[in-house]
Amino acid sequence: MTGHYLDQLMFVALPYVALTTFFLMTIYRYRAQSFSYSSLSSQFLENKQHFWVVVPFHYAVLVITAGHLVALFIPRGILAWNSHPLRLYILEVSALACGLLTLIGLIGIVWRRFTTSKVRQVTSPTDWIIYGILLLQVASGVGIALLHPWGSSWFATNLSPYLWSIFTLDPNISYVAPLPLLVKFHIVFAFITVGFFPFTRLVHILVIPNPYLWRKPQVVRWYRPRK
Amino acid sequence: MNVRSQIAMVFHLDKCIGCHTCSIACKNVWTDRKGTEYMWWNNVETKPGTGYPTKWEDQDKYKGGWEKKNGHLEIISTGKAKVIPNIFHNPHMPSMDDYYEPWTYDYQHLFNAPEGDDQPTARPVSMITGEELAIESGPNWDDDLSGSKLYAENDPNLAGLSEQQRLQLSSVEQLVFFYLPRICNHCLNPCCVAACPSGALYKRGEDGIVLIDQQRCRAWRACVSACPYKKTYYNWYTGKSEKCILCFPRLETGQAPACFHSCVGRIRYLGVVLYDADRMEEVANLPNDELIEGQRSMILDPNDPEVIRAARANGVPDGVIESAQLSPVYQMVKVWKIALPPHIEYRTLPMLFYVPPLAPVQSNKSDDVIDHVSENLFHDIDDARVPMKYFANLFGAGNEGPVRYALAKQKAVRWHRRAITVGDVDREAADRILREADCTIEEAEAIYQLTSLCTFEDRFVIPPMYREQAVEMLKDPHEHRQSVGFGFSSGPKRGL
Repeated sequence: MTGHYLDQLMFVALPYVALTTFFLMTIYRYRAQSFSYSSLSSQFLENKQHFWVVVPFHYAVLVITAGHLVALFIPRGILAWNSHPLRLYILEVSALACGLLTLIGLIGIVWRRFTTSKVRQVTSPTDWIIYGILLLQVASGVGIALLHPWGSSWFATNLSPYLWSIFTLDPNISYVAPLPLLVKFHIVFAFITVGFFPFTRLVHILVIPNPYLWRKPQVVRWYRPRK
Repeated sequence: MNVRSQIAMVFHLDKCIGCHTCSIACKNVWTDRKGTEYMWWNNVETKPGTGYPTKWEDQDKYKGGWEKKNGHLEIISTGKAKVIPNIFHNPHMPSMDDYYEPWTYDYQHLFNAPEGDDQPTARPVSMITGEELAIESGPNWDDDLSGSKLYAENDPNLAGLSEQQRLQLSSVEQLVFFYLPRICNHCLNPCCVAACPSGALYKRGEDGIVLIDQQRCRAWRACVSACPYKKTYYNWYTGKSEKCILCFPRLETGQAPACFHSCVGRIRYLGVVLYDADRMEEVANLPNDELIEGQRSMILDPNDPEVIRAARANGVPDGVIESAQLSPVYQMVKVWKIALPPHIEYRTLPMLFYVPPLAPVQSNKSDDVIDHVSENLFHDIDDARVPMKYFANLFGAGNEGPVRYALAKQKAVRWHRRAITVGDVDREAADRILREADCTIEEAEAIYQLTSLCTFEDRFVIPPMYREQAVEMLKDPHEHRQSVGFGFSSGPKRGL
């Protein structure tokens, strides 16, 4: 392992602290306080702006997250796609558009929470912190898309192997050490988000209702054993 | 035959005096917490009126309930195809504005106000933000406001009434209203349960009470949109939905629910009915004019040996079957057919039934002379100030037949009793009216007994709930007692 001391701290120590916290705390919270797993929707208190800020944010952030996961799991696919400049251009522009939509949605969400007095009542200090982290994270992502418009290829060539080196407990920071400062910032904040995740309302992502589409419409629970 | 037991209810509207004692009993027991201030699991509405939340029956606005599509039922608001794309923003979710913003008064100001020329006042402040509030609506905001252009005139049940009838309802001489107390109907085919993406809502198998598992609710809010009666509520503070639990902790200890227990007019009846769960889908799919009879046919005769055998085979305890045989609800709904489900066209098969009220007669019928002689002492039900069509929209899925039957029978009971107690009406006329109403003297006496002279035990036939066996199911009770000790119970804490 080579690299600067700070790089070691940011790209080896932080990821493991973040991932350990993420897994232990989400499981612990689910077991000890499953009541607190809720999307904590505020639509009931303010139903007009809600649509215009929440919907763009969620759809855009889903696309962005999916894009990151594709690059993580099939980096070769991304590289093959990007081998043609036009296709790289299409990918980067779509990513930028979704990134901007996420950013606008997020700013809208924060604005709505700040200006609607009823919604402000159900906004905890933790919410403000996670909004701050997310704002920095999304803004830096948009910044990368603007200033380094070949970021998708970088993810495939550098980020993906680096992340896999983390997951396989063989951290190799040589992939990330030479990256521009903005990209490093984005990576560090990604781990901060992951580490802070279990303490926030973001846990609702983990309880998305997948069985709904397959279950019978009516649910009956019996307290006595049935013959 | 898949026999299940269900706790069902009847509210006798002729006896409701609109005192709201039920609402207050419920509020004090269940919804005096932060986040639930605006909730009225039990509320009493003035009809004609817009109700709570405002115009809840207007399904063009709220999109509650089921609809028939290509021969099967679909949830109007958030069916399976729509629930995922709509999960971030529920397009048919009512907001607090549709209910009201709860408030209190700044009483401290009365003590702390600086000395001045005027008396200090206690200004209303929002219970959500603490800010000063210009009150625009509140609980029972249109209480007794029948005839009002702002409220009563917007009652969705006025659909299909002639212009003449509508005008009469809002003219001072013709003003009329009755009360409609509402709680969760604990439906056989609950839309809220079917809509919950997390599977947090469920129907208790043993007694049919519909509950929300607070640990599994994730605030997707689909139940609030789906329930056509708007009887699931979103707790804005805990981020969980809540609803009437039919006071199951009271029922399990043999007590009537708080709203039933406290009812001043003694309008409420509670008892268990046995029904055939296998027929639910078929019945919920019937055409509108067959729904009431269809639901009645699902309810089984608890004295029929075949039903008893099937119930036992299905694990219904003998104590529950015996309770079903004494059920006042079974009598009123199935035998006498005087209790009707509200808005069964929503196809949730509600298990709370209403005895429609005999509304007052049109007293200015013959010119300006108000004429009450014995011959029309109990007026023709079609002369009532509330048009039959209105009742039909509320209790008959638009059909007058079942409502007419229920009202005619009640009228016949009155004639019969008048002939006995006062004697100023002809016995033969009373008999004729009984015959016309498809009512025997024995039945009329039984209806009279159960509606007028009913004791607590007549009104509430609470089945044994056998909750002790629920513990047994998991563990030997003696072992359970030794291993659990005092245990811990933590209150519901809002997520970070």
